[in-house]
Amino acid sequence: MNYEAVIGLEVHVQLRTRSKMFTRVAAGYGEPPNTLTDPVVLALPGALPVMNKAALDQIIKAGLMLGCAIAPVCKWDRKNYFYPDSPKNYQISQYDQPICRGGAVEIELPGPARNVMGEHKRIPLTRIHLEEDVGKLTHGAVDSLVDYNRAGTPLMEIVSEPALHSAEEAFAFLTSLRMTLQQGGVSDCDMEKGQLRCDANVSIRPVGETRLGTKVELKNLNSISFVRDGIAHEIRRQIAVVAGGGTVVQETRQYDGEAGTSTAMRSKEMAHDYRYFPDPDLMPVQVDEAWQAAIRATVPELPFDRQRRLMEQFQLPYTITAVLVPDPALAAFFEATAALGGKPQAIGNWIANDLLRELAGARLALAESAIRPAHIAALVRLADAGVISSTGAREVFAAMFKTGEMPEVVVERLGLRQSTDTEELERWVTDAVAANPKAVAEFKSGNEKALNAVKGAVMKAAKGKANPKLVDEAVRRLLG
Amino acid sequence: MAGTVIFESVATLSALLATRKISAVELLREFAARADAVDGRVKAFNSRDDAEGLRLAAESDARRAAGRERGPLDGLPVAFKDVIAVEGQPLTCSSRMLANFVSPYDATVTAKLRAAGAIPWGRLNLDEFAMGSSTENSAFAPTANPWDLRCVPGGSSGGSAAAVAAGEAPWALGSDTGGSIRQPAAFCGIVGLKPTYGLVSRYGLAAFASSLDQIGSLARTVEDAAVLLGAIAGHDERDSTSFRAEVPDYRAELRRRKGPWRLGVPREFFGAGLDPEIEAAVRAAIEFYRRAGCEIREVALPLASEYAIAVYYLIATAEASSNLARYDGIRYGHRAAGATDAIDIYARSRAEGFGEEVKRRIILGTHVLSSGYYDAYYLRAQKVRTLIRDEFRKIFTACDALLSPTTPTPAFPLGAKVADPLAMYLNDIYTIGVNLAGLPGISVPCGFTAAGLPIGLQVIGRPFGEADLLAIAAAYEQAHDWHRRHPELP
Amino acid sequence: MNSTPDFDINYVANLARLALTPAEKERFARQLGEILHYVDKLKQVDVSGVEPTAHASPVFNVWQADEPRPGLPVDAALRNAPAGRDHQVVVPKVVE
Ligand SMILES: [Mg+2]
Ligand SMILES: [Zn+2]
Repeated sequence: MNYEAVIGLEVHVQLRTRSKMFTRVAAGYGEPPNTLTDPVVLALPGALPVMNKAALDQIIKAGLMLGCAIAPVCKWDRKNYFYPDSPKNYQISQYDQPICRGGAVEIELPGPARNVMGEHKRIPLTRIHLEEDVGKLTHGAVDSLVDYNRAGTPLMEIVSEPALHSAEEAFAFLTSLRMTLQQGGVSDCDMEKGQLRCDANVSIRPVGETRLGTKVELKNLNSISFVRDGIAHEIRRQIAVVAGGGTVVQETRQYDGEAGTSTAMRSKEMAHDYRYFPDPDLMPVQVDEAWQAAIRATVPELPFDRQRRLMEQFQLPYTITAVLVPDPALAAFFEATAALGGKPQAIGNWIANDLLRELAGARLALAESAIRPAHIAALVRLADAGVISSTGAREVFAAMFKTGEMPEVVVERLGLRQSTDTEELERWVTDAVAANPKAVAEFKSGNEKALNAVKGAVMKAAKGKANPKLVDEAVRRLLG
Repeated sequence: MAGTVIFESVATLSALLATRKISAVELLREFAARADAVDGRVKAFNSRDDAEGLRLAAESDARRAAGRERGPLDGLPVAFKDVIAVEGQPLTCSSRMLANFVSPYDATVTAKLRAAGAIPWGRLNLDEFAMGSSTENSAFAPTANPWDLRCVPGGSSGGSAAAVAAGEAPWALGSDTGGSIRQPAAFCGIVGLKPTYGLVSRYGLAAFASSLDQIGSLARTVEDAAVLLGAIAGHDERDSTSFRAEVPDYRAELRRRKGPWRLGVPREFFGAGLDPEIEAAVRAAIEFYRRAGCEIREVALPLASEYAIAVYYLIATAEASSNLARYDGIRYGHRAAGATDAIDIYARSRAEGFGEEVKRRIILGTHVLSSGYYDAYYLRAQKVRTLIRDEFRKIFTACDALLSPTTPTPAFPLGAKVADPLAMYLNDIYTIGVNLAGLPGISVPCGFTAAGLPIGLQVIGRPFGEADLLAIAAAYEQAHDWHRRHPELP
Repeated sequence: MNSTPDFDINYVANLARLALTPAEKERFARQLGEILHYVDKLKQVDVSGVEPTAHASPVFNVWQADEPRPGLPVDAALRNAPAGRDHQVVVPKVVE
């Protein structure tokens, strides 16, 4: 029998803010343990929460980028459960009134070939709500250590519909989501730093079946490739269980990326009764049109929209846009260059291939590049006008990259300008014709190729400074 | 002048300091000496840091000598109910759970009082985590009523009321969730003011029931209560529920406002269960207002009188079950020895750290929030709360304030009600509605029983109507001398 | 007879993380049974169409600007901790 996988993702993303969600001590990563705390973070007796306006701005921005409906009014609820990384032993979250509902993440699946755009899909979202992160537990042999630096960091939970059907789709979902949130400045989404964390609900069902199978929650998928591998592994595991005549049990499993195995988790098995109720310490949030409009004004073009535009507006090949779009600075560099004129495809090539290669070689960031849009625009114009040869252009590029000189300067300094002096050219041509009677004869008797020997001689005499096109014309004129 | 100042009003003490008749250091020594003499029997204090108090008093004297005093409160000691944070001082909530906890920060009210030059001095006993009406639920020792050491001082701010009544402190801060300032004030024959919810910041007050808790003043006179309120009231950006309200000069206002007022008398608050001596005293007080030209009208509070206690015990315990979850023996507080895993350490640390009443309320609150019961209990209670609030609102369109007994009975003997939680809860019948509706309420002494126990008159005001409330209470107080009587401690 | 029909003391005690003695369970179940019976009177009130009170005087959008303020020094943060090591709080091994 054939099975279909049904996957829903729960993605937790730390918002980029300077202070925490409900208190103004600094938020941060990599600080010495317990140096980012205060009475609120530690849940000392008498401490009270106060909202961080910037965190609300950030989640509204994320909601608008993903096409969610922003709730005109939402409130805060307490999710009650005991865990050593949760100082209050309740998490301030949003239960029945999330700030964002609906929306979708556009994903691109792998295409038939590297240079061909793959299929695009929109994966619908159920909701996005705002909450607070917990502290960090380090498990030792006999005990565990708690660092509360992370506790209270603004955290948004993005819940997808169970609308993904393969590990590849889940991978594409996270890739696209991360790109979108990073470009919106909502989060850095660094999974190494735990800024983006993903849980997956995975179930299988016979193809054609409409009811959902028993779902297994996969935790600890702490890199995008682990998400793909973990889900693929879980799908195989469930199919094997069912194929072996068994039934899938509802449980939470932890995926071990290194070992490529998963194990059931003990503590999370306990049936939870979170006793949600409205947090009496916090007032509700009201988002009016003006606030939404102000945030909307800061929302950038979405990555896939930009890619489609670059392909249409500049006739760029998919492969070039696929390099430019994930890096907004690089795409902006391209558009700035194209705005100065010159063949967009050539500009795209110089940036996506040559510039990136040189920068990588020199371990430089784009911002540190000596080559600016004006350099590349000028270079493309010179090559286009035949002032320099393609080999010459490459020399010019290399020089510009080192010195930051404008191409015109380099062309003169290295004497790369192709000759346009006709008498000189005529002389070289006459000499070449005279020196190659055999080739001339063959050409006259109809052998086109023979002409190359003559042209080669001219170029040799011109030491590469002759424009091949002009040389060809001159030779034919003389023999015509 | 030893022995003479301890029963003076703060207004008088402030004048003595201003005219250099007494120094802040001498003043603190007076109260410390009184506490040394009587607190072995009253047991109002959980702890006192006299050295720190005297250090701050000396600083105050130095400021005054240099003509840089910070105002009328400079140099005056203020005793704190042991649920309000003072940096460097214990914060025990009279619980074994926090027996060794020292606060690393100041509550907002503490910071305001420091800025005014007042001296946070002494930690006062209470029912553990403010859960109780007798201070018998303290993990350390029950506080005694200075008027009769065999009786309770009321609660949960029993230590605060007893300390002021016994002359161990000029005034004190307390907290009131269902009557915890007004009821002990009534039992101990002093003034107790519970402000409008949101007028005083809760930042630094160990939470019992977040939507009901308010910090307030316990004092010898209405004027003193007004002065202390003025010092601690006002918006605080650290408390999202604190209100952006104007804070008038309450002391000036209560002198300026003379009435006459339209005063409502809730019929239901004079029904069965009300001690006849208390009814007589309160009726006499009402008669005083009538003669003073106030319009007295009988009003009805059918919902508040019938359902307030049920609503209160559902909402307060639900919020408490969540608020007290932080006491888990992990980051601070009592940790059980030899726990094998995290779940074990919670269950045993909390079982050992919390007393009977706290456990009982956590269990009740956990149950009413648990899956399947939320709508029937918590949600329904919050809806009835809305009706109760509207009931008060409607009355205040025709009344400036309400008059009632503060408690149905005078102070009862220690141990009389410990076995019967429900009977203990019913003690708050006249005070709880005020918290549910977020209103201000004050208890002023209005007589004594034949047995010599104080009786309290409760005046209930409009939201943020403290200026009128205080003026109404002061009008009665100044025409009587109940507040000039002091307990004779054997 | 540790619980009244709609009150499971063991379930609730576990949720509340309170290790109760058999005597406490028996006592609480009985006392809370009485209290729950008492609060049942709320069923008499018609609350149809009534909004629950979340706050005594509700206001919207009470927040602060995202401007960091100094927190607690690490020693002050951990000063009340029952057990600590390497500037962290020590807890019994957490089983995941
Ligand atoms: Mg915890
Ligand atoms: Zn979450």
